[in-house]
Amino acid sequence: MRRRVPLTLCFIAGLFMAVQYFIPHHNVAAAYERLLLWLQTLLAFAFLLGTVSLIRVHYHKVRDRAPDRGFSIVMFVGLFLMIGLGFFHPSHHAPGSPFNRMFLYVQVPIEATMFSLLAFYIASAAFRAFRARTLEATLLLVAAAIVMLGRVPIGDMISARIPEATRWILEVPNLAAKRGIMIGVGLGMMATALKIMLGIERAWMGGGD
Amino acid sequence: MASVTEFFEKFLRIDRRWIFLAIAIAVVVPFFLPLGLPVVVTPPVQRLYDAVEELELGGPPLLLSIDYTPATSPELEPMSTAILRHVFRQDARVIVMTLHPAGYGMAESAILAAAEEEGAEYGEDFCFLGFQPGTSAVILGLGVNISNVFPEDAYGTPLTEIPMMEGIRNYDDIPLLISLAGWSASEAWVYYAHQPYGQRVGGGVTAVMATDLYPYLDSGQLVGLLGGMRGAAEYEELIGQHGSGVRGMDSQSVIHLIIIILIILGNLAYFMTRRQRKLAGEGT
Repeated sequence: MRRRVPLTLCFIAGLFMAVQYFIPHHNVAAAYERLLLWLQTLLAFAFLLGTVSLIRVHYHKVRDRAPDRGFSIVMFVGLFLMIGLGFFHPSHHAPGSPFNRMFLYVQVPIEATMFSLLAFYIASAAFRAFRARTLEATLLLVAAAIVMLGRVPIGDMISARIPEATRWILEVPNLAAKRGIMIGVGLGMMATALKIMLGIERAWMGGGD
Repeated sequence: MASVTEFFEKFLRIDRRWIFLAIAIAVVVPFFLPLGLPVVVTPPVQRLYDAVEELELGGPPLLLSIDYTPATSPELEPMSTAILRHVFRQDARVIVMTLHPAGYGMAESAILAAAEEEGAEYGEDFCFLGFQPGTSAVILGLGVNISNVFPEDAYGTPLTEIPMMEGIRNYDDIPLLISLAGWSASEAWVYYAHQPYGQRVGGGVTAVMATDLYPYLDSGQLVGLLGGMRGAAEYEELIGQHGSGVRGMDSQSVIHLIIIILIILGNLAYFMTRRQRKLAGEGT
């Protein structure tokens, strides 16, 4: 019974979402609308789940006096400060609220800094690791160099052929490969959805079977 | 010959901090000494521009989903600024929202800055719906009824009290939707807004993600596409106001050139030292 109920609900919901496209009836549309609202409510709980999980992981680190517990304390300060400012500050809805200022002047520079470091590491890694050792690696290297030049104005200045070659790489070999991958992924998703609806794939229920 | 090999071996072991320094100089210097490289507009950007151009004066609004985070904002914020300037200049209207929690702050700062610059009025020319969790459910829900998903705007005002939202119920009342995203949100808009509801969707993504969206562009599922800072620079060129997109193109050009030179030198050094080792091996 513990398994049959969720499996039945899953089958009915999956079947309904699949067939409702083909039934243009107002009752079906109303049920679809209701299901979407439920789905949105359900997905909102993922945030709660994530927050609880984050707190648990870092609470254990602080409690067990783990060597890197300092980071966990910083996480707790940031988390509760932002929750406090977001929920309880009187001007939390206003454009220039402390919550927004914390976001714009703390989180934005931190994230932008972290991401911008990529440019330095990519340059260093390209110099050390990008070698034309095989035919495939050489093709990749040449394509990458053409696309890198073709996507910046200096490529246009060197030769009008470079942006043309870039467009060809993106619109022919890239497109062909992407389409192949996407069709494969799409078929895989359909197969997985059918397996879940029919109860063949049950990992989503937990328990490992 | 041995000294050449020695030089290349040393070169391969160069301290990476020299590379970091070269990149830092390449990023910073063009901002102070612009090279003024010309930006050529490509067809995917032109198509998105034309779609925005079709929006009517005071007519049905553009739905702009600002789905990027601070990490990708240097590439995507110039896009949102340029698109918003374009919309406000032709007296069209825009609804702004986000599918990412970190997108709230990015969207709010972009829309308020553009509105102040162009003299657009909240509630008449634009409104900000904020964030709702549940990407696919939100996109599908907007196709049924916007006020089911966003009963109020980001500041707690019911949608029924916002003048520009009068008569706007779902995708039928929105001629164009643009998603600016640093993750797979643009694809989600194609899957859940274009396919089931026939909504016209345009995209703006980071340069590395642009290749993922070419299939949708080719099939007509995306009306146009801005790829990375280059896409933003092209859009700025089209609206006739250069911003951080065009400014960033100079730095990006120099960096790309440096990376290519480093790759060529790295390979040259690698093959020279390998050849010398082989020759030395044959000689012994």
